[in-house]
Amino acid sequence: MFSGFMVNTWLGGSVMAAVAGLVGFFVVLRGSTFAAHAIPQGAFAGAAGAALIGVNTLVGTGTFALLGVAAIALWSRHGRNDVVTALVLVSLLGVGSLFLSLSTEYAQQAFSLLFGSPLAVSSSELVPTAALGAFCVALLAALYRPLLLGSVAPELAITGPVPPARAELGFLLAVGVATTLALPVVGALLVFSLMIGPPAAARQLAGRPSLAMGLSAALALVTAWVAIAASYETNWPVGFFVGTFSAVWYVAGRAWAAWSRRARASVGPRARQKLALGRAS
Amino acid sequence: MNWYHALLAPGLFANPSVQEAAVVGALVAAVCGPVGMFTVMRSQSFAGHALADIASTGGSGALLLGLSPLLGFVVFGVTASGTMEMVGTHRRQGRDLVTGIVLGASLGLSALFLYLTATSQTTTGAAVTILFGSIFAVTSSTVWFAVGVGGAALVLLGLLYRPLLVSSVNPELAAAQGIPVRLVGLAHMVALALAVALSALTIGAILSTALLIGPAAAALYLTRSPGRAMVMASGVSLVVTWIGVALAYDSYDWLPSHQGWPVSFFVVLLVLATYALARVAVWRRVGPRRRKAVPAGAGWRGER
Amino acid sequence: MVPITSLPGPRPGLGAGSAGLRAPELSEPALSVEGLTVRLPGREVLRDVSFSVAPGELTGLIGSNGAGKTTLLRAVLGLQGLAAGRVAAKRPIGYVPQKVLLDPDLPVRARDLVGLGLEGTRLGLPWPSRARRARVDELLGSVEASSLAEARVGTLSGGEQQKILIAHALARRPKLLLLDEPLANLDLKATQEVVALLSRIAKTHGVAVLLSTHDINPLLAVMDRVVYLAGGRAASGTTDEVVQTDVLSALYGHHVCVVRLHGRVLVSTTDEHGEQGCDVAADAWEGAGPTTVRAVVPAPGDEGSSS
Repeated sequence: MFSGFMVNTWLGGSVMAAVAGLVGFFVVLRGSTFAAHAIPQGAFAGAAGAALIGVNTLVGTGTFALLGVAAIALWSRHGRNDVVTALVLVSLLGVGSLFLSLSTEYAQQAFSLLFGSPLAVSSSELVPTAALGAFCVALLAALYRPLLLGSVAPELAITGPVPPARAELGFLLAVGVATTLALPVVGALLVFSLMIGPPAAARQLAGRPSLAMGLSAALALVTAWVAIAASYETNWPVGFFVGTFSAVWYVAGRAWAAWSRRARASVGPRARQKLALGRAS
Repeated sequence: MNWYHALLAPGLFANPSVQEAAVVGALVAAVCGPVGMFTVMRSQSFAGHALADIASTGGSGALLLGLSPLLGFVVFGVTASGTMEMVGTHRRQGRDLVTGIVLGASLGLSALFLYLTATSQTTTGAAVTILFGSIFAVTSSTVWFAVGVGGAALVLLGLLYRPLLVSSVNPELAAAQGIPVRLVGLAHMVALALAVALSALTIGAILSTALLIGPAAAALYLTRSPGRAMVMASGVSLVVTWIGVALAYDSYDWLPSHQGWPVSFFVVLLVLATYALARVAVWRRVGPRRRKAVPAGAGWRGER
Repeated sequence: MVPITSLPGPRPGLGAGSAGLRAPELSEPALSVEGLTVRLPGREVLRDVSFSVAPGELTGLIGSNGAGKTTLLRAVLGLQGLAAGRVAAKRPIGYVPQKVLLDPDLPVRARDLVGLGLEGTRLGLPWPSRARRARVDELLGSVEASSLAEARVGTLSGGEQQKILIAHALARRPKLLLLDEPLANLDLKATQEVVALLSRIAKTHGVAVLLSTHDINPLLAVMDRVVYLAGGRAASGTTDEVVQTDVLSALYGHHVCVVRLHGRVLVSTTDEHGEQGCDVAADAWEGAGPTTVRAVVPAPGDEGSSS
């Protein structure tokens, strides 16, 4: 499991999982689940196009991811972008269906591109993967405060140094880059699962944003490692494990939140009573 | 040769699969208009799209168990929509997150089902078919099933039209009127699941989302009353589907290799164009911000 | 008792002796609340609140942010569970929620929204009917919004939306009309229009109107009764009975000042000044002159009454 070509997968998979966890923190915070789903699925159409004209898959997915990002960012209207996201997604897929119908050899690799493969990272891709991951982290670091402010109090962000629209574009760009990294391993349909499950749980567990971000990346790493290992052993698609794990994280986070709320509520009144008595005496 | 052969390939109207596609397209369009309007009004486009993919999971699961895929489509879609609505919170962000989690788990299952079903060659075909679908793949038995499912969705919406409209305008307002807002929301999700299962099954996931969201969103820009919006959305869906089918049929002759272009490509293109035109039209009429009131009496009159 | 609402501003001549004058000869109340207590997780929002509203009366529900106004209205609507007490309200109840900002993209005209107030709970599709159309026109006319009938509700201004929502709430001929902060975010002119409209609705239709607001002043001229909420408790009666230094001091649990000037009321809840402080506040206010006077909202956080 750790020999030869699998080393590439472990390295590349770790980079993409950490980046997905970090980007995912903002995906969940901003409620951009749909965009995080639409960009990878749209990027899949790019892979079909790449196969048709015979270029590297990574180029095709990257191009279509960027197209999707640009279209969603440009067409979105304040507060309501789900319609635009849906239309951009179907447009990319519509073009993809044309590519698919025109190419004949493509079908072979479609399944692993859709649902992931543990053998997807070649040694030549390690350097671009690392570079794109670093770019993504740098972008998030630069936009950390505007994004946080814009997610918590959109009205306040308008007066900030970075206009909300530009912050949104930067954020979507990060989603696009993370998509390009994660797509070959996790699969176009399940990339977004890695971006929402771990951060959704992390948000419930950690109160501070920086801590939640770190926890999110850690949970995403665990998810990816387990998924790759399990897929290697069972030969089942990576995406199955990622999707299932994300749901488990989410349910665990909700359960933890409910449990701690109940614990607080049952302790609360007595503590308050004590406090009141102390004040009265 | 008739005069219209300059525009349309010969034999279009005589071809049985084109006829069937036209009938199914009309049915899907009729259902997508009303369901789509409420979906867009309630900002549930993501759920609308997700249910298409989820229904496909049901299809692949049924394939694995040797059951009818139709059953899998409907059962899985309705179950998932119920889960989303029951677990979901009132805030849009939380709702989208739940939708995403359910969708992710379902797509993961889909991957497993397809992997377990058969050899990689056929699963690949199945995966791609489920994703992209084809309106020409409709069979006669499917048509009757589709009519039933679509009819059920329409009846549900027709029955709950007014309570659903009030709670889509403002949930507080509806609750104060004594409308069970959660129950009505659940009913809408079930109608959505039925409509999406119908269209994902017959025309594929891409077209399902495109026809559900695009025409309704365009109609919302162009009309002012809900009844008009529904009719217009259905009308736009119908027209783009029929044009798309005609173009796809025609496209066999476009390339020297005689490969047909997919219907979904044309329909999506037309939907996108319609939506863009609607936005431009509104932008020209009232400016980019659309904050000012439209003068009274400038629009539709007389309805209801 | 003759309604004294035509008098502008507070009525200095009436003392505490007028309490209880208005109960028996009027018809039974459209809303009566007795010993209402509401607990939300972790805190008691309302405690032992009692008051009643008679048909044709306009009652102001006054309180600062977080005083429990919305909770009280939700309890009356039956959307909020009660920990104790009794709420008896005549139905149907009309309700205008707080801060409704309708989406400009909604394909719903003012006419449609009012029509939905009429029969929004019915099943099945609405068929065109002349009677309904006439009734909707009448409702729009009664809120002076006939000219807005064909406009999308989401594109109307705040005051116009408020009128349409009032028409929506009136559609089922309610005995009781509840409005949650209907004057928030309205400018002076729109505020006056909405207040005059509500007063007229109460009088001409015999509807009991209960509206919440944090600013008592726009209502002084038209309000029959006031329910003053602070720290979860309430004082009710006529404006003159309730808006008094001693009554509100007892309610808040510490000394507050009530200053009347130029037909306006200032309630200062800062705890800093003692008994004499009120005169200082009055002087300062007098010095500022009536044109620059702003209504002063009770200070946030009514800590005085916790425990």
